[in-house]
Amino acid sequence: MRTTFRAAAFGAALAIAALGVQAQTIKIAYIDPLSGPFANVGEQGLAEFRYTAERINAKGGVLGGRKLEVIGFDSKSSPQEALNQLKRVIDQNIGYITQGNGSNVAGALIEAVNRHNERNPGKEVLFLNYAAVDPSFTNDKCSFWHFRFDANADMKMESLTTWMAANKNIKKVYLINQDYSFGHAVKKAAREYLSRKRPDIQIVGDDLHPIGKVSDFSPYVAKIKASGADGVITGNWGNDMTLLIKAGKDAGLNVDWYTYYAGGLGAPTAMGEAAAGRVKIIAEYHSNVANNKAARWDADFRKAFEKQKLDFYFLRGKIMWDMFARAINQAKSAEPKAVAYALEGMRHDGEMGEVEMRKQDHQLIQPLYVFTLHKSAAKGGPKEAKIDMEGSGLYPVTDARLEAFTSAQPTSCTMKRP
Amino acid sequence: MEFLLVQTLNGISYGLLLFMLSSGLTLVFSLMGVLNFAHASFYMLGAYFAYQVSTTIGFWPALAIAPVLVGAIGMLVERWGLRTVHRYGHVAELLFTFGLAYLIEEAVHLVWGRSSVEYRVPPDLDGPLFTIFTSQYPIYRGFMMLVSVAMLVSIWLVLTRTRIGLVIQAALTHPQTVEALGHNVPRVFMLVFGGGAALAGLAGVIGGNAFVTEPGMAAAVGPIIFVIVVVGGMGSLAGAFIASLLIGCMQTFAVSLDWSLAGITIAQAAPVLPYLLMVLLLIFRPKGLMGTREG
Repeated sequence: MRTTFRAAAFGAALAIAALGVQAQTIKIAYIDPLSGPFANVGEQGLAEFRYTAERINAKGGVLGGRKLEVIGFDSKSSPQEALNQLKRVIDQNIGYITQGNGSNVAGALIEAVNRHNERNPGKEVLFLNYAAVDPSFTNDKCSFWHFRFDANADMKMESLTTWMAANKNIKKVYLINQDYSFGHAVKKAAREYLSRKRPDIQIVGDDLHPIGKVSDFSPYVAKIKASGADGVITGNWGNDMTLLIKAGKDAGLNVDWYTYYAGGLGAPTAMGEAAAGRVKIIAEYHSNVANNKAARWDADFRKAFEKQKLDFYFLRGKIMWDMFARAINQAKSAEPKAVAYALEGMRHDGEMGEVEMRKQDHQLIQPLYVFTLHKSAAKGGPKEAKIDMEGSGLYPVTDARLEAFTSAQPTSCTMKRP
Repeated sequence: MEFLLVQTLNGISYGLLLFMLSSGLTLVFSLMGVLNFAHASFYMLGAYFAYQVSTTIGFWPALAIAPVLVGAIGMLVERWGLRTVHRYGHVAELLFTFGLAYLIEEAVHLVWGRSSVEYRVPPDLDGPLFTIFTSQYPIYRGFMMLVSVAMLVSIWLVLTRTRIGLVIQAALTHPQTVEALGHNVPRVFMLVFGGGAALAGLAGVIGGNAFVTEPGMAAAVGPIIFVIVVVGGMGSLAGAFIASLLIGCMQTFAVSLDWSLAGITIAQAAPVLPYLLMVLLLIFRPKGLMGTREG
């Protein structure tokens, strides 16, 4: 009796151990602001990524049954804090990190990951970047351990100016940007590309303002007005963008806004009708694209987060997860190095068309859209304008789709592979 | 000419909003000697309360209800918090209000979330008030100026023309004598602290929809109102008024200047100018523009 019991217990223990190995989850550390002024942005990303990982798991996970798990680490928008969190990630033997908010944070992480991987072969960490768009990360600072799934600042400007060049009504453009590396990159690219594609467009003003410190933009708006501009290009995000656009509406400023970040993450809510008909965005996705293969996913996500009024925003995030899961399966291993080799050069049938993780510099080449915000049906727009972004009364309409080759830029990256 | 006029109006209206924000702070300081670090948090609470009230019964009731609610919270804070801490001196008070600011911010996170809320300018006040040549001037900015000036006049009337105002003024300089005359000085302090909070709340109702109502809004205005109180002279209402207009106009006009010095334009440096002014003033005139206390 006793022996049978023992045998049974032993057998059970063995079975549990075997199950443990088989069911070992693959952990991904999400290092982004989860407190402080940009916490809302960080929390939305986390919510989307958790949702995506759950879907992948529900379909059987990767490597025949292993699950993916996203764990949040608070970067507090600070490079120093992000590095502290990276140490914790490494201590917990997590092989993957993902981050997007702040190119200053991403830059610090890339360097730290490079150093760690060089010193600890066999225990590498792989960095999946979903939103930090400083062009240098896929040029002079490129790394084998870094993959970027968002179009970088230059690529977005390339597509945006290609579209602007065809619009002969644009004659005078004003640039206003935040005074830090990303704002400078936008300003530089805008000047360079516009003068190449449409030398007749006059740049009638060029302002840099401190990031996150201006609450009253009306003086800037008066200045834009006085310059006679018909369009304003801005890389501003967060309150710096919404306050600028609201101030413009209050003063009756008659310009088109060309933006990077007015399409989600609370911006439609904050701008409201002030944005209608005036605000244009360059991004990889909006809920109203033609032949939307992500429509089902988008609708399910909205439903799941109806109470929090979250929209599906990071299509590039979904693409990142799908490619990541495929790379693990293709490599037949969850080792970061093997997965990195599988990701390099991977082509993927994305929801908006084929995308490619360029082998040369680890930059995802993807189609982009220029779109304008209009009033939704709920706020007196046309009847078919049913989509309502964040319940703000705004409805996105495509101006143009720019194929992947439009934005692809040459790279100066010379990558060292392990 | 058009540009100059518009910028002047912009400067004045921004200055008046700053005054609404800083008047409560300077009043509380002049009477109680408490530098209230949570003052900007009361501003934020005002905006959130106004949002909550306006979604159910509209903006106009919110304009009255939200400041009263914030004032009530201010009084509770004074009665059950600050009064106890007062015994341990000014440093303890300072730390108390510092902690309070964090508590309020976290509470706002818990109740309203971390994203911005949809608090909009009411339709009656949305649109242009008048047109200067070709530039529109929004009604809401005019309304902002009106409320601010009305506030200044009523504070002044209360302080100089009413009985409670006289008691407050007397308690400012001679608290013991006032107490000996049979007035309840702690209650006066409670009222003043609540009143200061209510003024910040009112500024929140007005500023919350003019700008954005989100959990970072307190941290965004916190530093600038301290600058105003220091520049105007700690505890001087008139000083705060002058300093608000000065800083409002200075920031507005600095933005328009594209003169550059060593590669940095004045426009780029505009937001730093108030702090520069504060540092210079502390060096050359430590009591501020209209202040009576030294240092």
